[in-house]
Amino acid sequence: MIDWGFIFSQSLTQAIDFNAIAFVLAAMGINVHFGYAGLLNFGQIGFVAVGAYGFGLTFTWFGIQSVLVAVLVGILFSVIFALLLGIPTLRLRADYLAIVTIAAAEIVRLIARSTPLRPITGGAEGLNQFIGPFRDLNPFSASAVYGFGPWSYRGTQLFVIIIGWILVALVVLLIHQLMRSPWGRVVKAIREDEDAARALGKNAYWYKLQALILGGVLGGLAGMILAAGNAAIQPDFFAAPQTFLFWLVLILGGVGRVWSPVVGAILYWVIITFIRNLGRQLVSAGYVPTSVIDTSQIDQIQFWIVGLSLALLMVFRPQGIFGSREEMALDAR
Amino acid sequence: MLDDATTTEQPLTRLPWEPGVSKPDPILVVDEMRKTFGGLVAVDVDHLEVQRGVITALIGPNGAGKTTFFNLLTGFDSPDRGRVAFDGDMIDKASPHTLAQRGMVRTFQLTKALTKLPVIENMKLGAKNQKGEHFFNALLTAVWGGQEKEIEARADDLLTRFKMDHMRDEYAGTLSGGQRKLLEMARSLMAEPRLVMLDEPMAGVNPALTQSLLAHVKSLRNEGITVMFVEHDMDVVRDISDWVVVMAEGRIIAEGPPESIGQNKAVIDAYLGVHHDAALDLEEEEERLAQVQRIEVEE
Repeated sequence: MIDWGFIFSQSLTQAIDFNAIAFVLAAMGINVHFGYAGLLNFGQIGFVAVGAYGFGLTFTWFGIQSVLVAVLVGILFSVIFALLLGIPTLRLRADYLAIVTIAAAEIVRLIARSTPLRPITGGAEGLNQFIGPFRDLNPFSASAVYGFGPWSYRGTQLFVIIIGWILVALVVLLIHQLMRSPWGRVVKAIREDEDAARALGKNAYWYKLQALILGGVLGGLAGMILAAGNAAIQPDFFAAPQTFLFWLVLILGGVGRVWSPVVGAILYWVIITFIRNLGRQLVSAGYVPTSVIDTSQIDQIQFWIVGLSLALLMVFRPQGIFGSREEMALDAR
Repeated sequence: MLDDATTTEQPLTRLPWEPGVSKPDPILVVDEMRKTFGGLVAVDVDHLEVQRGVITALIGPNGAGKTTFFNLLTGFDSPDRGRVAFDGDMIDKASPHTLAQRGMVRTFQLTKALTKLPVIENMKLGAKNQKGEHFFNALLTAVWGGQEKEIEARADDLLTRFKMDHMRDEYAGTLSGGQRKLLEMARSLMAEPRLVMLDEPMAGVNPALTQSLLAHVKSLRNEGITVMFVEHDMDVVRDISDWVVVMAEGRIIAEGPPESIGQNKAVIDAYLGVHHDAALDLEEEEERLAQVQRIEVEE
């Protein structure tokens, strides 16, 4: 028998869990980069990684047991990473940034997991002894399970989720305000034509650097949410393909729209959880013989289906859920 | 308008018609500017002065280096050597955005309308010293809201003047080529320039719009804005320019009022080739005829 109630409950639970929040924030960062400023960042996971490590290392290596300081260090790490990437590349054509970001994200992961740095970063095992001060702030009981309708979370999770969605709300407000301001106008103008903006007295390089930093910090916040939610930082989570899941979330929602990462991330987690759980149940209930596929292979299938749906989305609704077809058509002229 | 034309042309009427001649009140002075691409000398200008408050045309055959020269003056390209003074300040190391902030605003041969922004946003972008363009100011509408209203009012005035107010909220990407040229010109006025550099303002514009564009260029001069423009169309040059500078092979080969240019031997040679109208002697003529016949036989 297929337990539909369980499948739906799982899908809805994952839809607003801390993973989805991290995806929202990371995709919002890419939205600032690509959707508004036209910067091609294929290494967003690098920002997520430096944010997470900045947060974790504050407790374990700097020995400062303050969540506030840890968050500030995570932000600082993201800003430094953005400067490192942006200063040499933003004077060049857009594609140089794309190449550099994808490589830099891998460099961050490889450095973090390297054996010589094991005493600091924990090497391939990462960090997992840092969450104490954060848990101390938790007003919910760590062992209790809180439920509402189909949703149920442990107290530790619930704390991260509440903080995370408050953060998302603030970021949505921030992006909305910035993009209706003259600052946003300059950034969008640079996306359309950098030389036109320069000819009108705008320092395109400086604005691109600001946008890169802003989007990078959002990536860093995503990393901190993941670190807090998992109570661990695993270097191999920050592998290059992860960036493209953030891109997928953004494209699903529609590039250059404030709300698209939020809706895109929720949809992504609903779809992927639904497929995984349905697949597993189909196999274990015997509807699909194990000679065709077994439970462990279901996790691969889910990405096939995600890929297929992305391809279909590009064909039938290239502007995403919120995008405007009219705007999209202007590119083709 | 005619009165204006005569008064503004006056300072230049007594100048000798020679390259590098000094003007009574130059806004832009270029000295020993040189730019090479590999072995090709794209620009090699010894001295040029651009008179304030008049329309100066920069003409020359294809590949003469006009656009490169424009890019060097506006900071979009850097010269191998050379000095440029704009209103008395040395600007040869300045970047495009600082030049624009100082009052030298350019347009482009291939128009750069910001396609996915509405026309009005294109216009508002042009305004200088916007408080809301600083990141932290942008967060508080109260800081920039008042200025934004003023800018919008000015943008609307300019759109009306350029007869584009009906397109106000359309995406700039939906405009025709000529409308984009108009938008680009109007947008550059938002930056309150002292010197406007127009790179082929008439290229790709349909004849119906040409007259309107020409009128707008003239009206810039009447407002006291200095205009320098690159153009191919000699009719346009004759119609609106007060002074013409001719470039060929990177050098300035002639200067003078528009009516002088058509008679200038250096200019005719540059456009048509040195031997274009020399009479052939009998031997040459027979040789040419033989060539032609050979070609016909081969075909």
